[in-house]
Amino acid sequence: MTDATITAPAKAKKKPVGRPSTLALLFNNTLATVGLVILALICLTALAAPLLPLPDPDVTAPANRLMPAFSDGHLLGTDHLGRDLLSRLIWGTRVSLAVGLSATVIAAFFGSLLGLVAGYAGGRVDTLIMRGIDMVMAFPYILLALAIVAVLGPGLLNALYAIALVNIPFFARNIRGITLGLSRREFVDAARLAGKSPPQILFIEILPNVLPVIVITMSTTVGWMVLETAGLSFLGLGAQPPQADLGSMLGEGRKILFTAPHVSIIPGLMIFALVMSINLLGDGIRDILDPRLRAGSLTRPVARTKVIRDPKDIPPPSIEPGVLDIRDMRTEFQIGGSVYKAVGGVDLHLKKGECLGIIGESGSGKSVTAMSVMGLVPTPPGRVVGGAAYLNGEDLFGASDKRVRDLRGGSVAYVFQDPLSTLHPLFTVGDQLIEAIQAHQPLSGSKAKEKAIELLSLVRIPNAPERLSAYPHELSGGMRQRVCIAMALANDANVLIADEPTTALDVTVQSQILTLMNGLRRERDAAILFITHDFGVVSALCDRVAVMYAGRIVETGVTAEVLANPKHPYTAKLIDCVPVLGQPERRTDAIEGRPPVVNNLPDGCAFADRCPRVQTACRTGQIELEMANETRGVRCLFPMNKELCDDQAS
Amino acid sequence: MGAYIAKRLLAAIPVLFGLTIIVFLIMAMIPGDPATAILGSYATPENVAKLNKDLGLDKTLFEQYVIWVGNLFQGDLGRSYTLNRPVLDEVLERFSATLILAGTALILCSILGLLAGVVSAVRQYGLADKAITLLVLVGISTPSFWLGLLLILIFAVNLRLFPASGMYAIYGGGDLKDLMHHLALPAFTLSVVATGVIARLTRTAMLEVLRQDYIRTARAKGLSERKVIYKHAFKSALVSIVPVIGIQAGFVIGGAVYIETVFQWPGIGSMLVKAISTRDLLLVQGGVLVVASAYVLFNLAADVVQTMLDPRLR
Repeated sequence: MTDATITAPAKAKKKPVGRPSTLALLFNNTLATVGLVILALICLTALAAPLLPLPDPDVTAPANRLMPAFSDGHLLGTDHLGRDLLSRLIWGTRVSLAVGLSATVIAAFFGSLLGLVAGYAGGRVDTLIMRGIDMVMAFPYILLALAIVAVLGPGLLNALYAIALVNIPFFARNIRGITLGLSRREFVDAARLAGKSPPQILFIEILPNVLPVIVITMSTTVGWMVLETAGLSFLGLGAQPPQADLGSMLGEGRKILFTAPHVSIIPGLMIFALVMSINLLGDGIRDILDPRLRAGSLTRPVARTKVIRDPKDIPPPSIEPGVLDIRDMRTEFQIGGSVYKAVGGVDLHLKKGECLGIIGESGSGKSVTAMSVMGLVPTPPGRVVGGAAYLNGEDLFGASDKRVRDLRGGSVAYVFQDPLSTLHPLFTVGDQLIEAIQAHQPLSGSKAKEKAIELLSLVRIPNAPERLSAYPHELSGGMRQRVCIAMALANDANVLIADEPTTALDVTVQSQILTLMNGLRRERDAAILFITHDFGVVSALCDRVAVMYAGRIVETGVTAEVLANPKHPYTAKLIDCVPVLGQPERRTDAIEGRPPVVNNLPDGCAFADRCPRVQTACRTGQIELEMANETRGVRCLFPMNKELCDDQAS
Repeated sequence: MGAYIAKRLLAAIPVLFGLTIIVFLIMAMIPGDPATAILGSYATPENVAKLNKDLGLDKTLFEQYVIWVGNLFQGDLGRSYTLNRPVLDEVLERFSATLILAGTALILCSILGLLAGVVSAVRQYGLADKAITLLVLVGISTPSFWLGLLLILIFAVNLRLFPASGMYAIYGGGDLKDLMHHLALPAFTLSVVATGVIARLTRTAMLEVLRQDYIRTARAKGLSERKVIYKHAFKSALVSIVPVIGIQAGFVIGGAVYIETVFQWPGIGSMLVKAISTRDLLLVQGGVLVVASAYVLFNLAADVVQTMLDPRLR
């Protein structure tokens, strides 16, 4: 334990990578450091007690009883028997620390052992041990300790055993969970096949991996144990006179609280300082050892993506803006010390009733493009750093929060990828639909309900009135996505942004959803921005397509033209990925290599490293999106099928 | 829902039985001979044998357990030898006082903890978040028995705002106002640690939920941020917080032991401490059993609330 407490903060200072903000880290770590310093001071003083020039803590001097603090020879005064309080405090701290730490070690040892055995053995052994643990946990914590002390009789050692025992379940549960996961892992199988015995596997293979969890559990429970042993002593059930720990000092002092408050307040202050410093340090240790927190995953996204753009550098709307007009939009993520340029200057425009597909691999920035439009990119870590998005000529990035809220779900509606995670699991489908309607239309409850039923029938959900009271998990994947689409249609949106709405669905459902969307588009004349990684889907639905790679558009054009004559090698590769029915000999292998990480984009073409046609010129300078005509463009120095395309253009 | 509650109640029965076994075994493990303890060390062997027979201690452990549980079902937990009254009467009387104290503390810590946690999460890394985080740390590190003494010194001795002890005023009073007056300090003291724990958990749960896809959906629908946070996010967070409040009930009831001693509250905690020092083991046994059973039922209630919140658990 001491080793862990001393080495951990040193690690903390070295590891600021990939976590929320340096300020928050500093805040956390400063506290942990403060905790460490206080704890070290207390421990050192307690350890050095025999060496310090202190009076005997147990020598009574009735003549000097109840002297106040700062008296001559008694810095903290004396108690009701004239004993020096400072000396008693330091010796008492020694006892409290020793008892608290011993209890922690005992609880950690037996608890971890039980957890390891239960998790590794599984089956009946596991059930037996865990039921026993559950039984112990069925008692209120302190009550069980009291019952144990009642059996063993009051005394410091008995209090120690009682506190250790009631803490065993915490360790057993935590360790069992981890062990259970680990014992299914390959390295354990390998050890088993190598003929190692179960104890060998447990203590050589598994234990080292479980150790961080044991340390975390220790660091979070040791404060409790110090507190609870002090508590038992306070009640007169722990340390018995003349032996004294902090708790029993407090308990004795309580009897003279009104006449000499310092006798009880001072030891209490010491317990507080001790437990506080342990908790501060424990939190620090947990932050470092708990990988979930290390990844900085717990940052709360705010209501709208932050926009930081130079007000002098806002591109004007296009001459023929259409419904949605995106100009040179740039969105970044700041994670740790590095900046990921997820969207690096994208121009898109969408006419009324038109369907534009955005296609690309995962990580190409297509979803971020879609989310940026209505400020749905999580901030932190995301932010829009440049460009503009015009909805019917109105600059969305410059609009007020209130205005953006009105437009969201009103003029611009979204349909997301996984309908199970995008619908709220705790509200019925009807509630969620009605909520969407009422957010933009002043309809009464019953009117909104009628409208919700109408919407569900519109997306071809059978028994719409009954489905209103269904929860999302009670519906099939396809039904759920229909609900999401119904929700997007609730307020007659001009623009529908669909972010891979069919990816999580199986193929037949996928085609149903596509047919549905296509039909709705024609009926309602809404523009659709359709994001996908599948050219098959694009060809079924989209009028035009834009191919994205590493945060930029690399090719754009009318769907049929792009499919027939891809100019960018990347587009060609993507088209090759689509399997064609009746052509089993067709190669549908994935594109070799991986897209570049957007925090360190290479000079020149981002696709150069994977491109079969790469030349030296591709790796220098900026490569522009060359527009052959109004709709067709490619970002490539050496496009494919050049002659053919030139012919078409002329 | 009704079927679910019935199912959970049935599932609680073996747990309650387990409790009786543990409580019985704990008492049976007590070293020393009860007859000698009662009769004193000068008792004749005949008297000891006779008392053992009267107490049923000459039977096997299993038989003793069956008899004990049988009596339990008839509401007979034995007689306290220090108080010379039936254990059950004493325990129930004391427990109702504890319930008032612990129940108030639990309501207090739930409200304060949830509030602080939500504010902390919504203002993540802001001044309010830092202040709350620090306060929570202080709260969960403060020995409640010491805090009680401090509050007595400040509010009872110096400011004379609240009484330092008891549940009702000794002369007169006894009405609700009097009870509240006496309840304020101990209930607050008792709630501090649990408030900290709940606040911490709420913060984490809210942060976790606010990152979910369905929160993005709520925002994409154009809902106000207030609705997003307090309706959509909070309801989800509550699902993981409710069981913790259930567990905190155990800590609050346990913590009542200290607070009742400090404030001389006539509850089951102070009764237990006294019973342990006077070795009135039947009283300890009855007290532990009643409190533990109440705790089991409380956790069951928390489970039911959680299930009501989350349809996926039904």
